[in-house]
Amino acid sequence: MKKLSKHLLVIAVSLAAGMSSLLAQENDECFLCHGDKTQVGKRKGKTIPVFVAEKKFANSVHGSLGCISCHADLEGKELPHEDELAVVECGTCHDTQQEQHARSLHGKAILRGDPLAPQCKDCHGYHDVVSGKDPLSPVAALQVPYLCGKCHQEGTPVTKQRTIHQDHILENFSESIHGEGLLRKGLIVAPHCATCHTAHSILPHTDPASSIARRNIAATCTKCHAQIETVHRKVIRGELWEKQAHILPACVDCHQPHKVRKVFYSLGMSNADCLRCHSNKDLKSGEDGRSLYAREEDLSHSRHSKIACSQCHSEVNASHVRPCETITKKVDCASCHEEVGQQFANSMHGQLVAKNDPNGPTCKECHGTHTVKGKLDPKSPIFATNIPGLCARCHREGEKAAVRYTGEQHDIIAHYTESIHGKGLMKSGLTVTATCTNCHTAHSVLPKNDPASSVNPRNVPATCGRCHHGIEDQFEKSIHFKKIGQTDKQLPICSDCHSAHTIQRADAQGFKLEIMSKCGRCHEDIARTYFDTYHGKVSQLGYTKTAKCYDCHGAHDILPTSDPESHLSRENVVATCQKCHEGATRRFAGYLTHATHHDPEKYPILFWTFWGMTSLLVGTFVFGGVHTLLWLPRAVQMRRELNKEKTEKLRALVPKQEEKPPEDEGTTG
Amino acid sequence: MQDASHTAEVVVPPSALTEVVAEERQFLRFSRLNRILHIVMIVSFMSLALTGMTLKFSYTGWAVILGKLFGGFESAGYIHRLAAVLMVGIFVAHIANLVQRKRKEFGSWKALLFGPDSMLFNKKDWQDFVGNIKWFLGKGPRPKYGRWTYWEKFDYFAVFWGIFVIGSTGFMLWFSEFFTHFMPGQLLNVATIIHSDEALLAVGFIFTVHFFNTHLRPEKFPMDICVFSGRMDFEEFKRDKPLEYEALLKSGELEKYLVEPYPPIVIRAIRVFGWTALTIGFSIVVWIIYAMLFAYR
Repeated sequence: MKKLSKHLLVIAVSLAAGMSSLLAQENDECFLCHGDKTQVGKRKGKTIPVFVAEKKFANSVHGSLGCISCHADLEGKELPHEDELAVVECGTCHDTQQEQHARSLHGKAILRGDPLAPQCKDCHGYHDVVSGKDPLSPVAALQVPYLCGKCHQEGTPVTKQRTIHQDHILENFSESIHGEGLLRKGLIVAPHCATCHTAHSILPHTDPASSIARRNIAATCTKCHAQIETVHRKVIRGELWEKQAHILPACVDCHQPHKVRKVFYSLGMSNADCLRCHSNKDLKSGEDGRSLYAREEDLSHSRHSKIACSQCHSEVNASHVRPCETITKKVDCASCHEEVGQQFANSMHGQLVAKNDPNGPTCKECHGTHTVKGKLDPKSPIFATNIPGLCARCHREGEKAAVRYTGEQHDIIAHYTESIHGKGLMKSGLTVTATCTNCHTAHSVLPKNDPASSVNPRNVPATCGRCHHGIEDQFEKSIHFKKIGQTDKQLPICSDCHSAHTIQRADAQGFKLEIMSKCGRCHEDIARTYFDTYHGKVSQLGYTKTAKCYDCHGAHDILPTSDPESHLSRENVVATCQKCHEGATRRFAGYLTHATHHDPEKYPILFWTFWGMTSLLVGTFVFGGVHTLLWLPRAVQMRRELNKEKTEKLRALVPKQEEKPPEDEGTTG
Repeated sequence: MQDASHTAEVVVPPSALTEVVAEERQFLRFSRLNRILHIVMIVSFMSLALTGMTLKFSYTGWAVILGKLFGGFESAGYIHRLAAVLMVGIFVAHIANLVQRKRKEFGSWKALLFGPDSMLFNKKDWQDFVGNIKWFLGKGPRPKYGRWTYWEKFDYFAVFWGIFVIGSTGFMLWFSEFFTHFMPGQLLNVATIIHSDEALLAVGFIFTVHFFNTHLRPEKFPMDICVFSGRMDFEEFKRDKPLEYEALLKSGELEKYLVEPYPPIVIRAIRVFGWTALTIGFSIVVWIIYAMLFAYR
């Protein structure tokens, strides 16, 4: 819109000029004097040539304009005019460019009165302004480097007297891939100075509005390198360059400005550059004396083998002898691993790190630093079989995490190792077996009372269901699932029956026997009465063959007996009994599996049978007992008399009878 | 009776019967069959008691240990049922023996059932009981008992009762699928209670009252081996079964029942067996008391 209006303005001015020729001065009139090569004028006391080549002017972009269109102060004046003319205001027409220029480094320098500051004419010329498309124009692609180079090449007053952070700019550019393309191969699409720095909005890179500011550099480069993300895909998500430019290495961190080559690592901040110092084993930090030695092998064998040092150790500045001296922050893995970084920040570990708690583990505690490996690499600390050991470093009893933990899980590492998961992983080497991170997640580790935790009671079925999907399906239809069993009471979740770290095979004897006391934690009465029956008594003896809770009620698909789907519904109960008692009938199923003889209301027959039997028992014992006790004194008396009698008889018979006495003595003794 | 004929050769002629000689020989009280049946019954009863109590008191530590000793609940169950079959066998053998003796010795059921040596309770038992209580209380002499005292008859019928009650409920539980074809399933619960409590009664009674009456009575202490050897000292016989002695003396049949004692080795073997049975019995009693007092639920 702006451009259109500008064109309209140009046309209007031209027309006005054409028409005004009748009214005001014609160009011809100007050339009467200015067409003479010898004509001179005065400016600020100096004599200057005022010749204007009419032909060149006519061929210029402004050829159709009247002289007074630019030299507006001459309008309506008597000719020939006075010596001093006002400076031509290009902005009258080129207002946008002028505004840009005014805000730019160059414009500000002009405002400061810097004599070295370039004005429009310094780049575009005077009366011979030609379009940039004209190869001969000083602002034509091929000419720009030289145009800028007039000031920005080694040895010029600008490079000597002004602070420019880059050196050998023109030289470096001409050797760069951009310069080579433009200057040697004549590729006019290759970028020149203004492509990156812009023509009029030239600003220092420290200015956020600058096209070469860290924040904008990616956008600038991608003007041409539109698909560059695809090349860097393995390295980085392209959008992050612009979103997180403050963290990520900018294009120029690797691809040196003005020295851009196809490959960056042989130049500037390549790993080799870093290793010049960091391959020294004795290299230590000046601050805290920690080793700064980096083994190249570590990185080359790592998951990050294709990542350059400076991509993680960002903030490096290649213009420094030690590019790393500008580093102020630690490596932030989240700059690439954004999602994981967010998860970690929300996790218990991340929260501790955020509080600067020395116990809080950072990425490197688990993943290592330069040696970082993928989780599928058996040598990686995060390979499935290595995870328990990794977590154990802090969570083993007595270690720092176990010490500050106040929950009810103890000896978790020892218990896990003995659990079915632990055995599957460590003994059978099944890498698909659940390890710490399968349940607790790797990066979103949270205490179980946190609703977002994977081990929060609400989430446990889903967590277990990630592997035990079929079971989760069943469980979600059972009365124990929160949506089915709508109750205020706390419903059981996987870990209530299976435990967390001591989880056993469900077909293990110990598990089968323990399950009854687990059901009994909530179903107290019904579990107690179960133990009054044959099934329960055998279980109590430690044998698993008789029916246990889940044999009749089902395990994960447990439903109230009133539900037709229940294993114990009227439709299913006989079949359930028949699982063990092949000949079971409906009458057989009438057996009271939870009967108690202590409840006269519910089971009167059993109650009275029991008390009938007990009365019989007590009666008999009382009768027998009293009879015996009454007998006792007489029996003792009898024994005494008998002994006396025998002794006397023996005396009379001695020594004839020998057989009987020993037996007698034996009995008395 | 078979024993009497068996030992006839060594029997001293009646003319030589003196106090001393009589002392040397012993009175044969139990037939060989009855002795065997009693021994087998002990084995069966002990097995039933141990395996059954293991289940009944499964909540005690002892039960768990015993369960393992029996080779697990299934094997304990086989032992229990085998012993039960044995018990039924004993019962059948005894009845068959009665039928046989009715034919050979008594001629009629009336003679067997209502004769002086019958196991059935009669008027004399009531008199003995009353007399005994008086004697206990120091208000009369010791009654003159016949061949079977009333407490012996009680023990005898207790077994009949026990076999009927425990046996029938036991079979219901054993063949539960069969019985529930025509009986309600709840009957199994009732049968369980009856079976278990009646067994408790039997075990408790045998191992306390019966043990006292026959073994622990001070004049018999520590055990009366008569039921194994079949013999009792002549003096003891005269003292404990005066009526029978008098009747035999009168009928002149006493000589038939006087036999030589067993050699010491046999006596020793009997004592070992007896001690074993006593020990197991008392252990079970201790266990039951422990379970009832400290672990009952």
